[in-house]
Amino acid sequence: MSVKKKIVETAAHVMQDRDRDRLINQHRYIGQPIDRLDGRIKVTGAARFSAEYPIEGLMFAALAYSTISKGVIESIDTEEAERAPGVIKVITHLNARAMKVPKPLSTEGKPSAGVTDAKILNTDQITWNGQPIAVVVADTEERAEYAATLIKVKYAAKPGMNSFEAAIPSATKPKEVLGEDPEVRKGDPDAVFISATHRVDLKFTTPPHNHNAIEPHATIAIWDGDDKVTLYDTSQFTAGAANSIADIFGLKEENVRVISPFVGGGFGGKGGIWPYNQLTVLAARMTGRPVRIALTRAGVFRIVGGRTPSQQRVAIAADDSGKISAFIHEGVTAQSTNNNFPEQFSFPPRHLYAIPAYRIGQVVCDVNRIANTFMRAPGESIGTFAVESAMDAMAYELHMDPIEFRMRNEPEKDPVSGNEFSSRHMREAYRMGAEKFGWRSGPQAIRSQRNGDWLIGQGVATGTYPMYRMTSAARVRISADGTALVQSSAQEMGMGTETAQTQHAAERLGLPMEKVRFEYGDSSLPWAGVAGGSSQTVSIALAVQQASEKLLAELLALAQKEPTSVLKGAKVNEVIMANEGISRKGQPSIGESYAVILKRAGKDHVASEQKTGAAIETMKYSMHSFAAQFCEVRVHELTGEIRINRWLGSFDTGRILNPKTAVSQFRGGIIMGIGMAMTEETMFDDRTGRIMNATLAEYHLPVQADVPHIDVMYTDIPDPQTPMGAHGIGEIGITGVAAAISNAVFHATGKRITALPITLDKVL
Amino acid sequence: MNDFMFTRATDTTSALKLISETPDHGANAARFLAGGTNLIDLMREGIEQPQSLVDITPLPLSEIRELPGGGVRVGAMVRNSHLAAHPLIRQKYPLLSQAILMGASAQLRNMATTGGNLMQRTRCYYFYDVAAACNKRAPGSGCDAVDGFNRIHAILGASPQCIATHPSDMCVALTALDGIVNISGPSGERQIAAAEFHRLPGGTPEIDTNLKLGELITSVDLPASTAGLASAYRKVRDRASYAFALVSVAAALKIEEGEIREIRLALGGVAHKPWRASVAEELLRGKEPTPENFAMAAAAELAPAKPLKHNAFKIELAKRTIALVLSELSGDKGTAQ
Repeated sequence: MSVKKKIVETAAHVMQDRDRDRLINQHRYIGQPIDRLDGRIKVTGAARFSAEYPIEGLMFAALAYSTISKGVIESIDTEEAERAPGVIKVITHLNARAMKVPKPLSTEGKPSAGVTDAKILNTDQITWNGQPIAVVVADTEERAEYAATLIKVKYAAKPGMNSFEAAIPSATKPKEVLGEDPEVRKGDPDAVFISATHRVDLKFTTPPHNHNAIEPHATIAIWDGDDKVTLYDTSQFTAGAANSIADIFGLKEENVRVISPFVGGGFGGKGGIWPYNQLTVLAARMTGRPVRIALTRAGVFRIVGGRTPSQQRVAIAADDSGKISAFIHEGVTAQSTNNNFPEQFSFPPRHLYAIPAYRIGQVVCDVNRIANTFMRAPGESIGTFAVESAMDAMAYELHMDPIEFRMRNEPEKDPVSGNEFSSRHMREAYRMGAEKFGWRSGPQAIRSQRNGDWLIGQGVATGTYPMYRMTSAARVRISADGTALVQSSAQEMGMGTETAQTQHAAERLGLPMEKVRFEYGDSSLPWAGVAGGSSQTVSIALAVQQASEKLLAELLALAQKEPTSVLKGAKVNEVIMANEGISRKGQPSIGESYAVILKRAGKDHVASEQKTGAAIETMKYSMHSFAAQFCEVRVHELTGEIRINRWLGSFDTGRILNPKTAVSQFRGGIIMGIGMAMTEETMFDDRTGRIMNATLAEYHLPVQADVPHIDVMYTDIPDPQTPMGAHGIGEIGITGVAAAISNAVFHATGKRITALPITLDKVL
Repeated sequence: MNDFMFTRATDTTSALKLISETPDHGANAARFLAGGTNLIDLMREGIEQPQSLVDITPLPLSEIRELPGGGVRVGAMVRNSHLAAHPLIRQKYPLLSQAILMGASAQLRNMATTGGNLMQRTRCYYFYDVAAACNKRAPGSGCDAVDGFNRIHAILGASPQCIATHPSDMCVALTALDGIVNISGPSGERQIAAAEFHRLPGGTPEIDTNLKLGELITSVDLPASTAGLASAYRKVRDRASYAFALVSVAAALKIEEGEIREIRLALGGVAHKPWRASVAEELLRGKEPTPENFAMAAAAELAPAKPLKHNAFKIELAKRTIALVLSELSGDKGTAQ
């Protein structure tokens, strides 16, 4: 850990907590199952996604990708492509304008969205198979795509580090893992382990995964002169994308605008600047025409990063009473030669169980592949697979109920940091879940249930994800007509951003929802953090809260200019926003409306823009969400087919803002977890470093028939340290899913599957 | 996709005439376009680059009718979804309905035709990636699958040149049911047994079928002899829908007086063509329908199977699935799903 971070953390512990948000106890909108405000335009097709903006004179660009993983472009022949019908420009490293490499992804200070330091097109060096080597611009997409196939390249190929397994011996300990120590240790876990009565020591492997959002990545770029550009871009981070495009092309930050109200699924795959964004801007610059790049599905595989593969070891020692005495979690992931992202799979056990002696850490190796990136619950999804499979194995070793085993190791404080938990109701989540699921408590017996040729098993696992809050800004404007406008550059990628933010602002400002409008998806608005780390909702909510507090003071002062105001003499801490105006606390009928106050003061509106500070609270408290995942599987004894009969996710994620959108998000996470557990695997050919299943026909996502009925429940207990008592819930749903399935397969068959995906050949 | 010429035929004669008039032959020869669910994919990937397409969707070949003697004729343009739902097929050849419904997705089945399904090309990651070496796509270039990812590849009838598998479910059922493919061509009409329609790769994996250049599938006949047999199609795959078979088994049986009188058995997902399990059939004909006999016959059928690096499990899976389906059909078990 850096010295600076240590100092801040120490300071955090003596700082006072933020006042508990009074909205924690309000229910007018928060906590209500409100329909999505953008639901109608989405289901009717009226909502526009990046590739769909009708732009006069739009040209279409297609990419050509390298077919080697390492080497040098010796020659590139574009003559035939240039002569192909409809082609107006072919751009290669030979004629591409110089572009800078953007700064790494950050939400602090000036946002940025770099996810790889690879030079895009400004080099003859190839570092991954699929690297863009040419952009072809034509008058139709089909013509551009065809012309791109006519480009002839000669490479001087070099042996690439294509194989993860081959790279593992060269793995090193990273400097840090998302700002945390790469390894934490206490006591001598190895010595404790060796002499322990009960031991479990398992190795796990997880394969690489790729992003397959329903909307493939797309950008339209339109230049205005040579110093100003607008992008319609599918982005989880408009502010970061705008600043990074400004960096890359040497433009003033205010001269780049990224518009992205609707994103057809992000999951981490649209959080950064990938080559297509800047190549669209480049192509538009070099042709003087608006240009669109809409990646093909294969294109998304080639130039947008996915989830790292991992090898992990979990060793647990326990005594007869089921108390853990030592815990070891170690392993390795891959990153590319062009980035620095050791995926944080070692985070979950740092916060999950009371572990007196531990060694928890990770190393990383470099491969010649597209830079790996965030993918729904990076770290926690693959980390919980290993940890929670091993926990299950230990419960069998102890002849103890797997839930009981976990409960016996429920920590009082964070086992690594020693911090208090801000809100942890794991016991309640398990209690509720076990009851509704019909969990048969006690030691579990393998191969104990069957229906004909099908073996039946139930499995359970813990999920966890940190409560992150990121620096974000928002502007709140209250107008004399009694309406409010809330603005933030945030994005809606399916989770219900507009709905949740409108609910929050209406509750916060004491207005009916119809009088509140939330404007978003545009980098020219106050900068929100990345819609990642399950952080967007509360991050923006805090900025809105702070802006509202400013407006409360300002409006009160305006009201009190009038000698006869019923608010005369009230201090700002004696009033609240309610009833479409300001009221005295505890006396809601004594107050004045915004409209009255503003009209009387001769003002059209008041507005405040606030930017939140860093999340000090997460340094003082251990702040996490939790899940108890339950499932039942059936495994065909002869064919090995595995099908999931039913699912129940029981969540402890603070207060739920909107049960409708929340349940969707939990279910979506669980379904993605089913894919991770059962079907998904990116097939990198070790000989070439090339992805061989860059298509939805061969990269298997779960289909409807693979997904059972999913029950969702939640503790709904507010976290006193967060706005509205809420946590982000985008990622928690996927965590623990793969382990729950693997544990259920073990229960059914007696086979412990430690390598994902759990395909039928592994249980045959 | 390359530029191509597009013409539309109105009947079989005009279709044959149009295709014979196109100047190109060999790899880029003209193709008939029906549902397009495979051909258009292949064209978009640059794998097939025909210089012209002859659209045969207007051809009057969408009829399903009973033949004198009890068989059924299925027009080449009958859509897969229509075929699977047709009362004649459901009554007489439920195996075919089942197999079709386990293939592809509802949208694809709505487009795909009977003739087109027969013409779909074999499946292999390396065939589908123009950057890889593939003897099927570029004869003589080598086969990257042999030492690459080959979990989904052939265990029977493969050659050093090609280890791809045929992906169709419908064709496995047609093979089991003794279907006959009716063909019109420049030199008149002819028939090929469904079991003989597709080829093993040998030294010429670029040729998937025994259909000759310029020939058109007009219909498929299902014989009376296989109508009404007890039958089942079992498809084992990685996900519950929209996945190709790792192994599939089409079986039809007639048991009388404790003895197997009739048996038709075909496998999918194991070879370059739907695999008629004639060794197993031969061994079982006249035998008692016992689990031991089924296991013995399955083992004999799979005896020549050769595993690759990732697909050895298919051999055991095929044996088990054959025995499972036959046991269920003979009333021994009752849990096909």
